[in-house]
Amino acid sequence: METTQAASAKYDMDVVRWFSIAAVIYLVVGTLIGVWIAAELAWPFLNFDIPYITFGRLRPLHTNAVIFAFGGCTLMAAGFYIVQRTGATKLWSNRLAWFTFWGWNLIIVLAVITLPLGITQSKEYAELEWPIDILIAIVWLAFGLNYIMTIAIRKASHIYVSNWFFMGMIVMITYLHVVNSLAIPVSLTQSYSIFSGVQDAMVQWWWGHNAVGFYLTAGFLGIMYYFVPKQANRPVFSYRLSVLHFWTLMFGYVWLGSHHLQYTALPDWTGSLGAAISLAMIIPSWGGAMNGMMTLSGAWDRLRTDYILRFLVVSLAFYAMSTFEGPVMSIKTVNALSHYTDWTIGHVHSGALGWVAMVAIGALYHMVKKLWNTEMYSDNLVNVHFWLTTIGTVVYVVAMWVSGIMQGLMWRDYDEYGTLTYTFVESVSAMHPYYAMRAIGGIIFNLGAWIMLYNVVMTVRQASAARGINVVPAKA
Amino acid sequence: MSDQDKIYSTKFQDRIERSTVLMFVMVAMVVAVGGIVEIVPLFYLDRTMTHLSPDVKGKVASKEISPIVWQRQPGQTLDDWKPGDGVRPYKPLELAGRDVYVREGCYLCHSQMIRPFRDENDRYGHYSVSSESMYDHPFQWGSKRTGPDLARVGGKYSDEWHHRHLMYPREVVPESVMPNYVFLDKGKVDAKQIKKNMEAMRSMPFYPAPYTDADIASAKDAVEGKTELEALIAYLQSLGNHIKFTEGVNYRD
Repeated sequence: METTQAASAKYDMDVVRWFSIAAVIYLVVGTLIGVWIAAELAWPFLNFDIPYITFGRLRPLHTNAVIFAFGGCTLMAAGFYIVQRTGATKLWSNRLAWFTFWGWNLIIVLAVITLPLGITQSKEYAELEWPIDILIAIVWLAFGLNYIMTIAIRKASHIYVSNWFFMGMIVMITYLHVVNSLAIPVSLTQSYSIFSGVQDAMVQWWWGHNAVGFYLTAGFLGIMYYFVPKQANRPVFSYRLSVLHFWTLMFGYVWLGSHHLQYTALPDWTGSLGAAISLAMIIPSWGGAMNGMMTLSGAWDRLRTDYILRFLVVSLAFYAMSTFEGPVMSIKTVNALSHYTDWTIGHVHSGALGWVAMVAIGALYHMVKKLWNTEMYSDNLVNVHFWLTTIGTVVYVVAMWVSGIMQGLMWRDYDEYGTLTYTFVESVSAMHPYYAMRAIGGIIFNLGAWIMLYNVVMTVRQASAARGINVVPAKA
Repeated sequence: MSDQDKIYSTKFQDRIERSTVLMFVMVAMVVAVGGIVEIVPLFYLDRTMTHLSPDVKGKVASKEISPIVWQRQPGQTLDDWKPGDGVRPYKPLELAGRDVYVREGCYLCHSQMIRPFRDENDRYGHYSVSSESMYDHPFQWGSKRTGPDLARVGGKYSDEWHHRHLMYPREVVPESVMPNYVFLDKGKVDAKQIKKNMEAMRSMPFYPAPYTDADIASAKDAVEGKTELEALIAYLQSLGNHIKFTEGVNYRD
């Protein structure tokens, strides 16, 4: 391994570099597929009668690419970065970390091949078929083992708060992935879930909501608790709040899956329980958001000049907003309107674009500067990226709020004769302008991702040129 | 930052933070609770399933309402089932069609779960009950209605309508945003696979499909030479007419 900076002797950072670059690439690819399928819903001719690119096959590819390719590489980059820095130690096993890198990317390649072929288990965010599921389990455990062992060999006396969140994510995702993927294979490319109907639905949404709750929330809160204080150059606002935030989130999030099944054939008690805990979750979520926000007290002026900090702060604002929206949508009366509509899609994206992507982008910019020991190629482009991300997200989310609430109202509307006012297809055609608007929001967001990729590549090239060496090593 | 924050919250929290093992064990226990409480009872509480629910069971026994699950008599084949006889496992061609439904990701735009609301009753039919999807490995309830719910689409339209609609949706419904599934008309059902799939369904640990050996033996002939489109239409036509619901009876607890 080449040494590119002083810190490299102290830490294993090459694998972090590779994960970071991969994350930026997958952000571009994942959101590009999102733009494409958004456009397919607005202009269905874009399916071109080609089976591999129909909406039904590409949608899982979009979700897998953004969650597991972009989100996963970000988590692994930031995780390996944080666990070393906070423990003042190298990784427990650098080789295992490289195994994780290549294994995870192999899974992503397999997803890109199998999902357009229609090879799927049809469980949302867990579509990949059983051989890939086994591979995911192996690579995930390699990541988890390495992470936890690196915590164990830390030189600091206490485990830093980020690592609690990462540990929670590692344990819970293992539970979820194993249980939700239980299936009887009938061929190499097909299997049937061992659960059926109502039980299968509950297991799936236990997974589905906690892919959000642990993968996209706990993990990214771990990122937040490290990078917000670092970028703001301030200590975390309240240690106690982080203790409260952590344990309530760990305990509570797990219960929320059933709120995806309100008024379905799932027994009432399960959905109501999910809704009750969902409402209570406002406390830990806002506690965490406040904790991050207040970390900036006394440093708010830096938002004027520090574009990376802007990403981190706005991500917390979106986090607070979507963790308020979520509990509201879990209330049965609201859910009766919002379920099955685009409002859900809007909610997911205010979380995924506004919170997850923003905090990830902030962390990635921060890491790129540290990892290559340089300034960004262009700070102005970071600012442009920030505004494209923010505007793209807002356009997207507003479009889906309007279309979602409109759908819900149209479906339940009665005229004065007591008959349904609208046919279903009238609601479909009423969605067209909002589907177009959503695609435009996505394009704006995706454009920002391209700018980030360009900026990061130029930064790395600039740093390498300055040192006269190749920063990305030819061989792992 | 206040000075108080420098004090550890509790002695126990301090111990957890100093020990990787203790932290791991605590986290592993805390995150397990919610799932256990919400999922495990669904496997043993009778009221979870319509056909096991005491009230419904009593009404079926007294012939007040139609059966929830089909009680097959010895010697009967799947073709002897009539709509309203109760929930039955999928016929071979329907099962093959269901695989196509899953493969094409239909569930991403079409739900199969009608909620107990007046508008859904008027638009789609009687609300769905849990036993209706008891043989669905995996479930296909869906989470989004970009297109309409399909839980009771069976028998609503003719096979010819479905054929045209699946091939060129906008010829039948101009405002539709569904892809043209022309390629399903060329694809043939894999007849060699169907037996294995039915056997897997029969060997499920939870709610196995009660296929007889005769059902499985005759499966290959039933799907031989059929297109994927025909299989998908057979599946769609099988949805939602298994139970004959009686007005005013509460099927959900």
